[in-house]
Amino acid sequence: MPVLDRGLPIDDRWTDLADDQDIPAEGAVIVSLERWRTERDALTSRRDAVGVRLKSNQLATEIADDLGSLSLVALEFPKFRDGRAFSAARELRERFDYKGEIRAFGHIIPDQYLFLTRVGVDTVVVPADRVGPAWAHALKEISVAFQPALGSEEGTSLLRRHLKGTVPA
Amino acid sequence: MPDTHSPAIRSNQPADAHAAVYRYDEFDKTFIFERVEQFRAQVERRLKGEITEEEFKPIRLMNGLYLQLHAYMLRVAVPYGMLSSTQVRRLARIARVYDKGYGHFTTRQNIQFNWPKLEDVPTILRELAEVDMHAIQTSGNCIRNVTTDQFCGAAADELVDPRVYAEILRQWSTMHPEFTYLPRKFKIAITGSPNDRAAVQVHDIGLIAKKDEVTGRVGFTVYVGGGQGRTPYLAVKARDFVPVEEIIGYLEAILRVYNQLGRRDNIYKARIKITVNEMGADKFIGLIEEEYARLPRQKFYVDPAIVDAIQTHFAPPPWVDLPAISDSFEAAKAADPAFARWTRTNLTEHKTPGYAIATISLKPIGGIPGDAEADQLETVADLADLYSFGEVRVTHEQNLVLAHVRKDDLYPLWKALDAAGLGTANAGLISDIIACPGLDYCALANTRAIPVAQRIAERFADLDRQHDLGELKVKISGCINACGHHHVGHIGILGVDKKGEEFFQILLGGDAGTNAALGEIVGPGFDYDGIIDAVETVVNTFVKLRQPGEIFIQTLARTGHAPFKEALYARA
Amino acid sequence: MLVKAKGTQQSVAASRLLDGEAVWLGTGNIWVEDVAQAAVFDGADAIAEALAFAKAEEKRQIVVDVYPLDVEITEAGTRPTHLRERLKGIGPTVRRDLGKQARQPAA
Repeated sequence: MPVLDRGLPIDDRWTDLADDQDIPAEGAVIVSLERWRTERDALTSRRDAVGVRLKSNQLATEIADDLGSLSLVALEFPKFRDGRAFSAARELRERFDYKGEIRAFGHIIPDQYLFLTRVGVDTVVVPADRVGPAWAHALKEISVAFQPALGSEEGTSLLRRHLKGTVPA
Repeated sequence: MPDTHSPAIRSNQPADAHAAVYRYDEFDKTFIFERVEQFRAQVERRLKGEITEEEFKPIRLMNGLYLQLHAYMLRVAVPYGMLSSTQVRRLARIARVYDKGYGHFTTRQNIQFNWPKLEDVPTILRELAEVDMHAIQTSGNCIRNVTTDQFCGAAADELVDPRVYAEILRQWSTMHPEFTYLPRKFKIAITGSPNDRAAVQVHDIGLIAKKDEVTGRVGFTVYVGGGQGRTPYLAVKARDFVPVEEIIGYLEAILRVYNQLGRRDNIYKARIKITVNEMGADKFIGLIEEEYARLPRQKFYVDPAIVDAIQTHFAPPPWVDLPAISDSFEAAKAADPAFARWTRTNLTEHKTPGYAIATISLKPIGGIPGDAEADQLETVADLADLYSFGEVRVTHEQNLVLAHVRKDDLYPLWKALDAAGLGTANAGLISDIIACPGLDYCALANTRAIPVAQRIAERFADLDRQHDLGELKVKISGCINACGHHHVGHIGILGVDKKGEEFFQILLGGDAGTNAALGEIVGPGFDYDGIIDAVETVVNTFVKLRQPGEIFIQTLARTGHAPFKEALYARA
Repeated sequence: MLVKAKGTQQSVAASRLLDGEAVWLGTGNIWVEDVAQAAVFDGADAIAEALAFAKAEEKRQIVVDVYPLDVEITEAGTRPTHLRERLKGIGPTVRRDLGKQARQPAA
């Protein structure tokens, strides 16, 4: 499935592995949390990067100790209305200082894209028939944010400018 | 002429220049117009089929747009209940041009229009944006409009002006990137006075202003997990004192715990009150505290500078020095008993000598609670300009308030209100009923609620009888979602569907005030005709039992429910 | 609250996407604004077929909130058996000047 970065499809180097698929000898792979736990040694002994998928009921704390070995964390939206991944992404960035890629997948609508980037998500997996200009547009249509979060600090409201930590003293 | 009173008019400022509404700066304006265009594009994508109704629904809800029984309904935010006369006139215009000539004020201090067309809504939102208004987050599973005390900035018992913090919370919660797809809706109420007029304990989060007696610092007691609906709970105290500078950080912690752990498997168990009660309050509060301890607090520190900057929007209007007693007011009361009666129920003491707070009843006998015609809205706007610095407030009891009226002006004000059908002397009395829209409008309701309210008001139409009964709060919901607040009515009425027929249960002993309490169902329900007699039986029982000076809720507390049950069901 | 239809005679209700007007599926698969003109579908197969058409209309951006309701046939036309559905057919009982009830009945 197409992967979007800043609204546009990119060449994706990651292979998303189902639990019953063999781990290929080469190439970056994303596996479920369960598989990561049981096959961790096999996965880390390879040369290429590993990422872990979290279901929406799996908290960021579940992989907090492993983040040093992971180049990517993928967060699932089983339904676009299930907003737990917004907190998971933010915890990965703010609480665990995670610097790798955060990817959102599942049922996501363009109208959530700006929020995703503001909680620290880098890339979004979108079904081919839903790729379109709405995604890039979604990042531009609102230029003001009222609360501190992650990502660009442009377009700060009065409140945000005055909340400490967002402006140098 | 009365208009010479207005300092604004004297100085050629707009008549509502001193209305305490938050006036948008360039960022707010940029945002609000971008948001309108965003919704316009979303509607276009919906009409083209690029997004499904399932996907569009939360988007339209977060812009205030519902689909009801007969039509769409647009709920416009009235932040913490404050309006300028310019805004009131714009609401009247919207009612007339895009709707059917009226609006309905809600228990969350908002206003809804019952008949807009989807294709008109982006244009309506643009008209609102032009006067610093919007419909953002008036529905949906996000942080809703923050409500507060309708007498803020004027009441004598206030510790802090809650509007400043309500506005800070409004901005903080607007398009919050993390908390816009919560398990369920999330309502915050805030009161700046120890006397709770905002029913904070039946909100997801309730904030009560408090001054630390040792340090003199101002902060809030934070309550969490209250709510009405099908499983009502009073909120539990999470912290006795959170300094104002830390309030956003603390709320971030609560919301994050809820967003991660709130139930998403069952819509009826998704509110934070269920999370708190299933988990146990101690454990839940423990998780909040853990989350708060590790949050990057600096990021959420509320600098006193921002408080000061926002406070300027709510600067007190230029009151003038007046004698505490107005001779003309006293004379009018003595001469006109109808006016005197209105002053007994619809006036509240103002903190400034010579002024009073006037409640405008939107509960004329036999009328629809909370409805106002476009003409009435314009009348209120004009009267606000003449007599109350161009400011109008919406109360959670579905009335309006002019907060700063000179006592000298009360009589002409009341005469004008009365002529417009807005002068009913019933604030706080049995006919000042909260009722949800019920099955007359709502797609979720089981029964009607408005006609029950109308018939109760008509049964007790005699204002002398109502005044004799004293304070008595009747609240009616047409289903267990409890939008009519029946759990906290002194007399609560809940409509239930019994094999396709409307039945009504009576609850007694609820209270939305500082001594918040949930009412209890007294027994089997009554049919559509029987419910009015049943309410009268309850009232007559009270009259028989009361001791001098007692109001209904006091008598009930003293006697218990038994004599009321007996009176209601003795014949059976 | 919406009551699940379980009778043998049912109609199909919806709201028009553009203006939210309550409509019912009439004979010949057209949407009608008067519930009395709603087509009555007899038996599970006919009801399922009508619903399938209505759901397809939802996908075509014509209507939203499609559902079946129990009805009976009277001299005045189709009549919903449940109060909620009857009110949907007339408008708010507290404002007789508004909604369908305020319009001239179809000739």
